[in-house]
Amino acid sequence: MSTRTMQFRIYRYDPDKDEKPYMQDISVELDHHDRKLLDALVKLKAKDDTLSFRRSCREGVCGSDAMNINGKNGLACLTDIASLKQPVTLRPLPGLPVVRDLFVDMTQFFKQYHSIKPYLINNDPPPETERLQSPEERAELDGLYECILCACCTTACPSFWWNPDKYVGPAGLLQAYRFIADSRDQATSARLDDLEDPYRLFRCRSIMNCVDVCPKGLNPMRAIGKIKDAMTKRAV
Amino acid sequence: MVSKIVVGAHYGLKDWLLQRFTAAYMAAFSLVFAALLASRWPLDQQAWRALMEGGVMRFFAFIFILCLMVHAWVGVRDTWMDYVRPTGLTLAMHVLTALALTGYAGWALSILWRL
Repeated sequence: MSTRTMQFRIYRYDPDKDEKPYMQDISVELDHHDRKLLDALVKLKAKDDTLSFRRSCREGVCGSDAMNINGKNGLACLTDIASLKQPVTLRPLPGLPVVRDLFVDMTQFFKQYHSIKPYLINNDPPPETERLQSPEERAELDGLYECILCACCTTACPSFWWNPDKYVGPAGLLQAYRFIADSRDQATSARLDDLEDPYRLFRCRSIMNCVDVCPKGLNPMRAIGKIKDAMTKRAV
Repeated sequence: MVSKIVVGAHYGLKDWLLQRFTAAYMAAFSLVFAALLASRWPLDQQAWRALMEGGVMRFFAFIFILCLMVHAWVGVRDTWMDYVRPTGLTLAMHVLTALALTGYAGWALSILWRL
């Protein structure tokens, strides 16, 4: 069975022990079963069990193992080892406080996500079966509902780095449009009111880092543009 | 209310639209103006005066100056919002910027219309 060695440079920081963060050079032996970056990280963890990172589903559904891989945010479980230039530099998602190593505190990210009321608001009495949609109405939600909230996009956005407390960020805005576009939701105007602010929506400068990094191939910029379209239609 | 983040000023859309419309107008005006200059090349004082004296040119140049000031207002104000955090200081910078831009607009028009 052939093995190969892979070189890593990993951001390490344990606030209980380290005065400041440092980059650790480390290598790991991989075999032909190891195809994704997460496989290599699991082996690294076996070698050095102080290394901290999140992971769960290992197939791009839970969004836990988002990190900065060779300078670009992505999911370790979806990143092919073969596509990576060595040494592979791994850092935590930028713009969020580091808890330890590659493990970040996502409180601010979820605070913004919750601020857009990510649930259906419908004051009609619940029907006996379900709230129906036409195929066209359902199709409006394609490219929106697939978001797994991994935070790759939001933490790649300079506007979020600068105003994390006020700017909703691409992931939150994608979800905001997911409910604005939903034919069953009755709070469209209130949702638009909530975003018509110089910070919450309009801090988006069309930098498009969000589109570049989304591991699910979604386009938060398009959703942001559609929110602006909806506001313009409402205003004129 | 020490730590509560307050958002919800309802001028995001208006400013965003203004910035885009003024950019589009300035781009269009610049292209037409460049073409007019090229058609009168080589440009001497007489040709320049003839170009700028016309009522139509004054009308569109006036709108251009206004667009430039509105565009600059949104951009500079956003810069203060990003980089100057104390509310009082931010407000002071806004007022100074608005006054400066108003002055610049008047100054630019007095130069153009004096011709």
